[in-house]
Amino acid sequence: MEEYGKLLNAKTRIVAIVHISNALGTINPVKKIIDMAHAHNAVVLVDGAQAVAHTPVDVQALDCDFYVFSGHKLFGPTGTGVLYGKQSLLEQMPPYQGGGDMIKMVTFKKTTYNDLPHKFEAGTPHIAGFIGLGAAIDYVTKTGLENISAWESDLLHYATEAAGNIQELKLIGTAKHKASILSYTLDGIHPHDIGTILDHEGIAIRAGHHCAMPVMEHFKIPATARASFSFYNTRAEVDRLVLGINKCLEIFR
Amino acid sequence: MFDLKDLYQEVIVDHNRSPRNFGKMENPDRVAEGFNPLCGDRLHLYLKLDNDKISDLSFDGSGCAISVASASLMTDALKGKSLTDAEKVFNEFHHLVTENKPNDPDEVERLGKLAALLGVKDYPARVKCATLCWHTLHSALEGETTPVSTE
Repeated sequence: MEEYGKLLNAKTRIVAIVHISNALGTINPVKKIIDMAHAHNAVVLVDGAQAVAHTPVDVQALDCDFYVFSGHKLFGPTGTGVLYGKQSLLEQMPPYQGGGDMIKMVTFKKTTYNDLPHKFEAGTPHIAGFIGLGAAIDYVTKTGLENISAWESDLLHYATEAAGNIQELKLIGTAKHKASILSYTLDGIHPHDIGTILDHEGIAIRAGHHCAMPVMEHFKIPATARASFSFYNTRAEVDRLVLGINKCLEIFR
Repeated sequence: MFDLKDLYQEVIVDHNRSPRNFGKMENPDRVAEGFNPLCGDRLHLYLKLDNDKISDLSFDGSGCAISVASASLMTDALKGKSLTDAEKVFNEFHHLVTENKPNDPDEVERLGKLAALLGVKDYPARVKCATLCWHTLHSALEGETTPVSTE
C-alpha cells in the first residue's frame, strides 16, 4: 500500500484495480485504495469479476466510481457483463457506439443522445443473455453471499491445511485476506501436466499464467495450477484433489 | 477411459527430467524460436549444419513435460541426419500425431523412440505441446525469423 501511495500524484487521472486477484486470490483493500485515489481527485475503476460470486459487494459503501464484472463468473451466461458507474460521470461521457435506442432526437442540425443507461446500449441487446444473468443474480442472492463466503472460506482453510502437508507443493498467493482459490506449483512438474492428470481424475482446475504474466515473472515461475472452490464444492472434493496431486507426484517420481 | 500411462510413458518422464541436447549452442548456423503464448511453452532450437547434414542440434527453454520430452527426443533422433531425412521424419511424425484414426503399427515402428509421444493423440489439447519443437525445426530449416506457434 505504501508503494501504491507513492504512485498517486496530481497527474493521476484514473486508478484501475482488481477487487480479488484471479491468480493469487488476494482480496485487495479496495475501500482504502479508493479513498487514497479520491484524495488525489482520481477516479477509480474496480474489476470485480472475481469478487461478485464470492463476497458481498456494496458499490456505494466502497464509493468506487466504476465497478465491472462478467456474468459467466457469477454462474450467468457467457457474453454478458455489467458496468456500474456513478451517474454524474456516466452523464459526462460520450456514447462509444452508435445504434438504435442510444439517441433521443436526430435532426440535420443536431443529435440529442438518450438518457442513461440507453446512451451506452446501442442496438438490440443480448436480451436472452441478460435474462439469464438476472436469474443467476437472483439465485446467488437467494443463496446468500454471506453463506457462500462462509462455506468457501471453510473449504479454503481445509484445502490450505491439506496442501501444507504436501512437501513438494508450493502455494502461490498466501495473502491473509484471500478468496477461495488454491494456486500452486509442484516441484519438477509443469502445471499443464498437473492439469491433464487432474482432469483425468475428474478434477477441473485451471493451469497456466492466468493472463497475469507479470505476476508469474515476479514469482519466477512459468505458470501455476489453480483450484477454485465454489459453494457447490465439498471437503470430500478437496480430499480428491489431494489424491490427484499425489497421483501427479507418483507419475513424475 | 484413456490410460495416463500411455501419455506419461517412462521415456517421456525420463526425457523431461533429464532432457538430452539441452542448452544454448555457441555459433549455431540456424536458430529458431517456438512460442505458444496461451500456455507459455517457449523454446529455442539451435542447429549446426554440415552441407546437407544436421551435424549438431540443441534446444533450451521451458515448458510442460510433453513439450520438453518431445524436443529432447527430436534432437536425439535428428542428430547426424540429412536435411531431406529430417524433413521426412517431421512429416511422418506430424502425420501420425495428428491423423484422425488409429495409427498404422508399421509406421509407428519406423518412428522408433519418437513413438512414445503418440499418447497425446488421446489428449487433443496436448498435441500442440508435442508438435511445437517440430514446427520450430521446420522454421529453422526454412530460415524463417518469426517465432512459431502451434496454438
